[in-house]
Amino acid sequence: MYEAIVFLPLLGAFIAGVFGPIIGARASTYVTSGFMVLVAILSAVAFAKVAIYEGPKTITILEWIHSGNFEADWKLRIDTLTAIMLVVVNGVSCLVHIYSIGYMSHDPHQPRFFAYLSLFTFAMLMLVTADNFLQLFFGWEGVGLASYLLIGFWFKKPSANAAAIKAFVVNRVGDFGLILGIGAIFFTVGSIHFDDVFAAAPALAEGNFVFLGQIVPILPTICLLLFMGAMGKSAQFLLHTWLPDAMEGPTPVSALIHAATMVTAGVFLVARCSPLFELAPSAMTVVVIFGAITAFFAATVGLVQNDIKRVIAYSTCSQLGYMFVALGVGAYQVAIFHLFTHAFFKALLFLGAGSLIHAVDNEQDMTKMGGLREMIPFTWLFMLIGTLALTGFPFMAGYFSKDAIIEAAFAAHNPAHMFAFTLLVVSALFTSFYSWRLMFMTFHGKTRLTNDQLSRIHESPMVMLIPLLLLSVGAVAAGFAFKSLFIGDGQAGFWASSIFTAVDNHILHDLHDVPKLVKFSPLIMMVTGFVLAWYYYIARPDLPAVVAREHELLYRFLVKKWYFDELYHFIFVRPAKWLARLFWKGGDGFIIDGFGPDGIASTVLNVTRNVVRLQSGFVYHYAFAMLLGVAGLISWFMLGGGK
Amino acid sequence: MLDWPILSTITYLPLLGALFILLIPGEDETVGKNARAVALWTTVATLVLSIVMLVEFDGSRTDLQFLEQAGWLGGGIDYVMGVDGISVLFIILTTSLMPLCILASWESIKTRVREYMVAFLVLETLMIGVFCAQDLLLFYLFFEAGLIPMFMIIGIWGGARRVYASFKFFLYTLLGSVLMLLALIYMYWQVGTTNMTELANFQFTSTEQTWLWLAFFASFAVKMPMWPVHTWLPDAHVEAPTAGSVILAGVLLKMGGYGFLRFSLPMFPLASDMFTELVFALSVIAIIYTSLVALAQEDMKKLIAYSSVAHMGFVTMGIFAATQQGVQGAIFQMLSHGWISGALFLCVGVIYDRMHTREIAAYGGLANRMPIYAAVFMLFTMANVGLPGTSGFVGEFLTIIGTFQVSTWTALLAATGVILSACYALTLYRKISFGALENEALQSITDMNGREIAVIAAPVAATIIFGIWPAPILDLVSASVEALLVNYHDALTGVGN
Repeated sequence: MYEAIVFLPLLGAFIAGVFGPIIGARASTYVTSGFMVLVAILSAVAFAKVAIYEGPKTITILEWIHSGNFEADWKLRIDTLTAIMLVVVNGVSCLVHIYSIGYMSHDPHQPRFFAYLSLFTFAMLMLVTADNFLQLFFGWEGVGLASYLLIGFWFKKPSANAAAIKAFVVNRVGDFGLILGIGAIFFTVGSIHFDDVFAAAPALAEGNFVFLGQIVPILPTICLLLFMGAMGKSAQFLLHTWLPDAMEGPTPVSALIHAATMVTAGVFLVARCSPLFELAPSAMTVVVIFGAITAFFAATVGLVQNDIKRVIAYSTCSQLGYMFVALGVGAYQVAIFHLFTHAFFKALLFLGAGSLIHAVDNEQDMTKMGGLREMIPFTWLFMLIGTLALTGFPFMAGYFSKDAIIEAAFAAHNPAHMFAFTLLVVSALFTSFYSWRLMFMTFHGKTRLTNDQLSRIHESPMVMLIPLLLLSVGAVAAGFAFKSLFIGDGQAGFWASSIFTAVDNHILHDLHDVPKLVKFSPLIMMVTGFVLAWYYYIARPDLPAVVAREHELLYRFLVKKWYFDELYHFIFVRPAKWLARLFWKGGDGFIIDGFGPDGIASTVLNVTRNVVRLQSGFVYHYAFAMLLGVAGLISWFMLGGGK
Repeated sequence: MLDWPILSTITYLPLLGALFILLIPGEDETVGKNARAVALWTTVATLVLSIVMLVEFDGSRTDLQFLEQAGWLGGGIDYVMGVDGISVLFIILTTSLMPLCILASWESIKTRVREYMVAFLVLETLMIGVFCAQDLLLFYLFFEAGLIPMFMIIGIWGGARRVYASFKFFLYTLLGSVLMLLALIYMYWQVGTTNMTELANFQFTSTEQTWLWLAFFASFAVKMPMWPVHTWLPDAHVEAPTAGSVILAGVLLKMGGYGFLRFSLPMFPLASDMFTELVFALSVIAIIYTSLVALAQEDMKKLIAYSSVAHMGFVTMGIFAATQQGVQGAIFQMLSHGWISGALFLCVGVIYDRMHTREIAAYGGLANRMPIYAAVFMLFTMANVGLPGTSGFVGEFLTIIGTFQVSTWTALLAATGVILSACYALTLYRKISFGALENEALQSITDMNGREIAVIAAPVAATIIFGIWPAPILDLVSASVEALLVNYHDALTGVGN
């Protein structure tokens, strides 16, 4: 069964990718989607079996790389953490496949699209079922490839191609850290199997090793290198620049890859490595700081974006920051819980936005929308549910998971916990503001659509609405239905060995004992955000422009996304291009060739012109140079050099 | 074990084919047709024979197999052929790339077909000879003579600046070969034989090792090529016909790495150890410097050539890390790069044959009209980038973790290649395949034909299969590498006693 869960999507991708042109678009979409429905059902069964009834399982598939004492095999490891990811990945992927049947119905390249989607799902499954760091890395890079292919799916668009390359390259910066982390693990432990590495963690926590000429503690170094990988994949502050641009891809892709699954791979990695991180408090502090900054930074940028997909993308970035704060304070279960609920409501928001974009002729600029509620009521309803879940409306999904993160940040003992707590609470306000801003700008107020657009506006077909409905159920119910299982009193038995917490880590217990004010702070922020958004975008729609003009510097700073793209262009892209030309023309051309072969050649040619006049031809050069060599050789021997 | 000299048979069979081609009578047209057919069947027969050898080969042994020994010049200079786990796969690489080269030249070579085929077959003999020879003089002859047909392939069937390119190619390699010849003579003088097994057992003093190591290094570094003696490669590739590039990148570059493994490490361990830092430095420079240079290229073949230099940086780094993962990774990387870069040059050849330009800017949007080509090219772009699941990853990764145990700085700097390779490879792919089909001349371009697909199929299969299941290759070289490294490290620790 587990083999089927992982490999059916690969089979689907193969059929649609290779035989797509032969069997046709319709058959390709049905085969891949059909497989995904089956896989999603099997995943639910697997979840019940592994997490609730039978416990973890490992299946060996094939030997992979064996070299000396280095061993990495293809294996499937299914424990509670994996089982949750199976449900999230396959659940969302299945719905996105079905939704895409409608969304992509006019695209001439449907088989290719569905092949990529299924390929992505396969890679993500390899990632979460990995039994060692290398297979994890395979999945890690595999999802990167699929993401690259899907962002650039409309390959005629230059902006899509640029975004695809940017996503791949920025991710590779993170992968650079991950590879070195794996190298450091193999060097210090002598194995890269999770079980071996985790068993060795207590010993590593004591030890030091020489890294880059410095004597450094082993475990924090490894953890930080792994975290660098996580930062790339999960778009954390400094390596976040690719995620907003990734919105160039078709919207179902944004929902699946850039909201629900791939971007949470970094969260998964840290949770999977909880036995390492738990014993490296200094690395945990770094995780908290980066998580908090990301949550805050992305939320601020989200406030002023006008492209509907970019708002949701920054929101995703910000929510990932929340998850990392939870990881950093040792509340791994809470992080995964938020990952789980976030998958539902963020996929819902993206697919809802897709339905909206579909309705208005691929318009994404919110300043050109407004008043759509009556025209596309179902889409409005689903978006509303998604917004309520994200902002943490009582008893919706986000209410349980996001609030638990804020409480955990307060209750933690991490040196940066108050810093994180403060930023997260402020971010909660921003989250509420930008979410409601999005709702008001698109669905409420007076419409700014052209008559032409209005005449063609339509609600999406059932094949798109049903996935939205199912995700809505998740966005409403995933929180209260699973809270006690994930982070309630019985959580230790549920997670079993898949997450490790140190003996003195009582965070899950402590987060219940925070002051009332802390408990209510997210709710207060949510209401404040809603009221502010209502005031600015419904009551006084002229105000935002005025405020923007009055604080132009700040506004530009936010609109320009804190100038990261410009900064990176200035410190990485331009110097790289400059160095490339310098090395090519100056290094290779002028110095090496000038003093090397070209210099010698011209000298030789000058000499030979004077010696004999022959028609030019390489055979002659060859012979002459050979002669030179032999002459040199003989004279060297005659002078006794050879002894 | 076989009771007939299979190595010599494999080695000289192509030469026999070449002689046969020379004897073909008739008009130019028919000669060309027959020469192609004879060349193809000869290379296929050689491939089959080499597979027979592989089947008979015992991977658990570390000594030389299929050993052939006959008197030759006397005085300790004999004709000795044999293979171990390190060399056997290079022979397979050579024999399997050759039929592809012949097929790739099927239509694109129109002049002097007879001579062209002869040059390729002679080249095959010499290349196989390099990997079989167990006598230093014999090795030297194969090694250096291999230059001549390659030189002619570039010089006669090459592009516009072919004379310049072949001359540059020759000058560089000449430098190396003269020094290597001197070293050879000196070693013969000292040991009284050129038998490589005996040379490996002889203990040179540490001063002797230093000089001999440098002499051999000069030759192998040029062949690899290592920075800063790499500038012949881009020019040679640019001017060479497609099949010439395939064989150059696929096999000839590997002779340098093979030489390091066969001579530098086993015969001069002290010097190898002493110069490790130097090699690391040059390798890292090669990876970073040439990756950056690749970024600025406007010619497809030059870009791929520079990326080859960067990939060879991982090989030299892995070899001199002298760890099991480093050396096995280096060998794997050489083999894998053999078919990946070969396939990349075939990919360039496919569109060059249609458009007759290698300029990147002349293309764009090929995915619109050439979906099969776009898919194949994507696979090899990703393999070039070292994506896990392709064979390009295995070697790169093993060399990095193999080096990590010796020098974290080197591993760290080499790992930046992971980022840089993504930059240049994806940019190239984007400029060739993606975007709108704007160029007027491209509007009627056709996708790969049956012959082209057949040629590329083997590298496609190898890239995927050995990316997912590299065990057959790693297992085969494992024992020999282990023995090599045990001797190497014994020799190093022996000094202290």
